[in-house]
Amino acid sequence: MLGYIAKRIAFMIPMLFGITLISFLLMHMAPGSPTELYTELNPKVGAEFRERFEAYYGLDKPLPVQYVTWLGRVARLDLGISFSPDKRPVWDKIRERLPITLLLNLLSLVLILATAVPLGVISAVRRGSQFDRTTTVLVFAGFSVPSFWLALLLMKWLGVDLGWLPISGLESLGAANLPPLARFWDRVQHLILPVFVSAVGGLAGISRYMRGSMLEVIRQDYVTAARAKGLPEWRVVYVHALRNSLLPIVTLMGFWIPALIGGSVIFETIFAIPGMGQLFYQSVMARDYPVIQGILLLGSGLTLLGNLVADVAYALVDPRIRFGRT
Amino acid sequence: MKRIWLVVLLAALAACTKGGEPEKAQASKETEAQVDLSPAYGDTFVDASIGDASTLLPILATDSASHSVAGLIYNGLVKYDGEYNVVGDLAESWEVSDDNLTITFHLRKGVRFHDGAPLTARDVEFTYRVTMDPNTLTAYRGDFEPVESVEVVDDYTLRVRYKEPFAPALISWGAAVLPRHLLEGKDINTSELGRKPVGTGPFRFVEWLTGQRIVLERNPDYFDTDPDTGMQLPYFSRYVFRIIPDLGVQFNELMAGKIDMMGLKPLQWTRQTDNERFRSQYNKYKYLANAYTYLGYNLEKPMFQDVRVRRALTHAIDKNEIVEGVLQGLGVPATGPYKPGTWVYNPDVPKYPYDPDRARELLAEAGWTDTDGDGVLDKDGKPFRFTVLTNQGNDQRLKTAEIIQQRLKAVGIQIEIRVLEWAAFINEFVKPGKFDAVILGWTITQDPDLYDVWHSSKAVPGGLNHTHYRNPEVDDLLVRARKTFDRAERKRLYDRFQEILAEDQPYTFLYVPYALVAVSNRVHGIRPAPAGITYNFERWYVPKALQRHAETP
Repeated sequence: MLGYIAKRIAFMIPMLFGITLISFLLMHMAPGSPTELYTELNPKVGAEFRERFEAYYGLDKPLPVQYVTWLGRVARLDLGISFSPDKRPVWDKIRERLPITLLLNLLSLVLILATAVPLGVISAVRRGSQFDRTTTVLVFAGFSVPSFWLALLLMKWLGVDLGWLPISGLESLGAANLPPLARFWDRVQHLILPVFVSAVGGLAGISRYMRGSMLEVIRQDYVTAARAKGLPEWRVVYVHALRNSLLPIVTLMGFWIPALIGGSVIFETIFAIPGMGQLFYQSVMARDYPVIQGILLLGSGLTLLGNLVADVAYALVDPRIRFGRT
Repeated sequence: MKRIWLVVLLAALAACTKGGEPEKAQASKETEAQVDLSPAYGDTFVDASIGDASTLLPILATDSASHSVAGLIYNGLVKYDGEYNVVGDLAESWEVSDDNLTITFHLRKGVRFHDGAPLTARDVEFTYRVTMDPNTLTAYRGDFEPVESVEVVDDYTLRVRYKEPFAPALISWGAAVLPRHLLEGKDINTSELGRKPVGTGPFRFVEWLTGQRIVLERNPDYFDTDPDTGMQLPYFSRYVFRIIPDLGVQFNELMAGKIDMMGLKPLQWTRQTDNERFRSQYNKYKYLANAYTYLGYNLEKPMFQDVRVRRALTHAIDKNEIVEGVLQGLGVPATGPYKPGTWVYNPDVPKYPYDPDRARELLAEAGWTDTDGDGVLDKDGKPFRFTVLTNQGNDQRLKTAEIIQQRLKAVGIQIEIRVLEWAAFINEFVKPGKFDAVILGWTITQDPDLYDVWHSSKAVPGGLNHTHYRNPEVDDLLVRARKTFDRAERKRLYDRFQEILAEDQPYTFLYVPYALVAVSNRVHGIRPAPAGITYNFERWYVPKALQRHAETP
């Protein structure tokens, strides 16, 4: 097992290197540069400002030199300084947004799993029933509805018309002065809409996976054998079948790791949540190369790690895979 | 994209024409009659922005969000009042020498920075020095480039000498004065003052939660008082700048009463806020924005070189139709680069009313006729076809292009519309001059100097005169006007400049939109003026009985 993991990790290094190189080149090939935000169509700013800016950030050097310099810094665990006028370290910018995105996505993941797994199981067990058909329609409707539309609709209804929930942001204006419990409740209220809306989109995928996987498992011989032994149906389904049918979901969870920190531009923009999606979008629009590179590095690193975790987890629960590969 | 929002924001918060009266709600007036509406301290003003500030050191900032917050934290020596007159801010008075080369500023005494340190002429001199320092990454060096020397006469007197007379010089001293004692000898580019600013302004910094909000509180030592009441300014206890990136969501927050001010879109103005519930909470203010949209022709292209063709194009476009269709009537047709209602605007320039017959006549005079009967004019065997470029993310410009396309088709001109991502649009097409025509907009600056946009020397790749308009008389007028301090004389020069532009039609000036702003009707003290409504923000207040937020000092 250890050998398998070591091999996988060794394979990740050139992959990560390739990802950084491609993303670096793509970013620099795109039209526009960080200086343009200041200089474009601004009568007051001359070429001299552009030169000073480029010299300050080393943008006047050839691309290979810039790449190697960046790589050298990353090797020392330094992601560099943002090109934005605040000139803050890239890691500081990522660090202050990471917990927000992580919290939201974790909550939404918990909600999705808590809903999708039972839905999938019941749909599979009662395949073709009214419940199954209704669930199918509902989860696909949730999947198809654009999240921004649903978000705006719920905001209008629950926030503006009924005034039950806050519309956007993470806490109320005076929240810092509230007693701890009231502040916690304020935060919970602010999270209800974003977590709900983001979960609605993810529900379809997981519940369908769960349904398909469950259907496959309950047709297996050992399930028939369990039934033949006279075990009660709930025990057959929830103890014998469920454990095995959860396997594909475990793999999916591995892929979820990068998504947990990636954030969503649309979603974070709508709910005014200063998360990673928003940071990435703003950085791309401002051609803030160090921040873009930093986020891409983090994202690709976590994607590779997620794959590794998924494979290892799978190998742990299903020894056939482990032996097959090593 | 960011730039478009910037223009929208500037438009929403900037200048206005005379008579920009609020649409006061009847209901609120009735309640007002029963309560004491006199100025009072307290309450919080909640503002909203689509973008977060980047830095609160104004010398380093280039975005409107940063400047609108920093504007409440810092003061300059001078500022514009509601009528665009230059008035004193930190400077009590100033004298301009007879040769127009020296300005002597006399500073207010007793002004303190938010950390208690006194403000002196040395801080102003430092601000100039740090702006000119080649290590400072500032976009505002050009403002001080014509300065020859800055001399501190004493703690409260500063003498600035210019290399040559430069009319926009005075207002360039409206730049925020920075605290020398906190910045001297340090790298301003990475100074912590970017995140925790210390100024002399009406509000001082409290907290900045990135991407969420910036909170300021009343500066209890602010030097200015309300001339009407004698009370020390500002009135609000707190100012909160909320970041809400989506305009639809911002509107929902407005409807829910969670923000106090927002710039509206034409549809929101005409339809979505036209109800009793909204009127009972907000007043609406409408005034001309500081921006205009134009169709600019590449004058290097043979088809646009004949002035008759350009006049014909303007005759063929119905500007009123565009204002109605694109802005729902919330704008006025533009005739030149200045805003109607301001001192520099010349209303008597040649105009080209919508007249397709006259357009056809002019085109025929210029040799464009439909010889092959295919419905498209041609000359020397070439059809009159061209491409109009505009940027992605601005629906108003795209709709404008579509209306123009239909109107030009009617006179036999075929145009193709291409919409491009902003960076590609500017870098690949506009700057290198690789275009036939563009639909773009300019912000109308408060000083009328347009040397950088219209002088021949700027008709070079990367220059802002991207239509490559060259006219020796315009060059001469622009140079003379920027050296003239006398407003009447300057106006005479700019009047002629506008006449020539109107005769030559290097652009078809399309429209100036209205800024459409909703402000909570508990807020009093708003006095609409040509400069908009926010110029006197520190004098806004909420009468005691209408105050909502409990965070009073």
